[in-house]
Amino acid sequence: MIHALGAGLLFGVGLWLSGMANPRKVLDFLDITGDWDPSLLLVMGGAVAVTAIFFRPLIRLKRIEFLEAIDSRLVAGAALFGVGWGIAGYCPGPAITALSNLSSESAVFVAAMVAGGLAAQAAAWRRRAAT
Amino acid sequence: MANFTPVASLIGGVLIGLASVWLLAANGRIAGISGILHGLFAQPPGDRTWRVLFLAGLIAAGFAWHAFVAPAPVREGFGLGWAAAAGLLVGFGTRIGGGCTSGHGVCGLGRFSLRSLVAVMVFMGAGMATTYVMRHVL
Repeated sequence: MIHALGAGLLFGVGLWLSGMANPRKVLDFLDITGDWDPSLLLVMGGAVAVTAIFFRPLIRLKRIEFLEAIDSRLVAGAALFGVGWGIAGYCPGPAITALSNLSSESAVFVAAMVAGGLAAQAAAWRRRAAT
Repeated sequence: MANFTPVASLIGGVLIGLASVWLLAANGRIAGISGILHGLFAQPPGDRTWRVLFLAGLIAAGFAWHAFVAPAPVREGFGLGWAAAAGLLVGFGTRIGGGCTSGHGVCGLGRFSLRSLVAVMVFMGAGMATTYVMRHVL
């Protein structure tokens, strides 16, 4: 269990060092028609360079199964997420580590994020109950 | 491109990748932050201990960063109504879309998943379009 704490710490340091935890920098990346800051391409590139080497053998070893469906839920969910990301400059990891800023902005964002997840879960239950 | 920080961003990205590999190797878990968070509130309750510890590490890293490296960034003029609306969209969207920048991006692309590649292209596109509207239209 100490590994989960350590991995979380390392992940968080990576978010701060890379600039991902600063919403201004994230929005400067998403704003391709403005004074574009391509730094976040390197964050994703550096991270995926590591996971691309180690993930497939580890997943085989651990026998983990994944959803592979490319359906309307995937596309709609990703689109809604992207809109929220583009408004605030926070995706889930940066928002959570930014709770350390002790700002009302990050606290409100994370509370709303939890509420949004619960709303999606409730909607899924209602649909299952109806069928 | 005045704010381009290629070295710090690349090293930070590598650390994020290493942390994801660490969690997978040690706990057999995927470091998708939205999934870790939503799983805390899922019914029936699953194993919550590792989720709480990972998220605690994530927050502790921020406190350590502000204490030893740089103060917390401050943003003026971003209304809490916008923060709430954006948080709702991110929470709802990642729950039905099954992941975020870390789960679909860092981990999904790392296992060469077509599903995750589609998700990444859609949320990047939606994010860029939204930022354009927020900064240049509204």
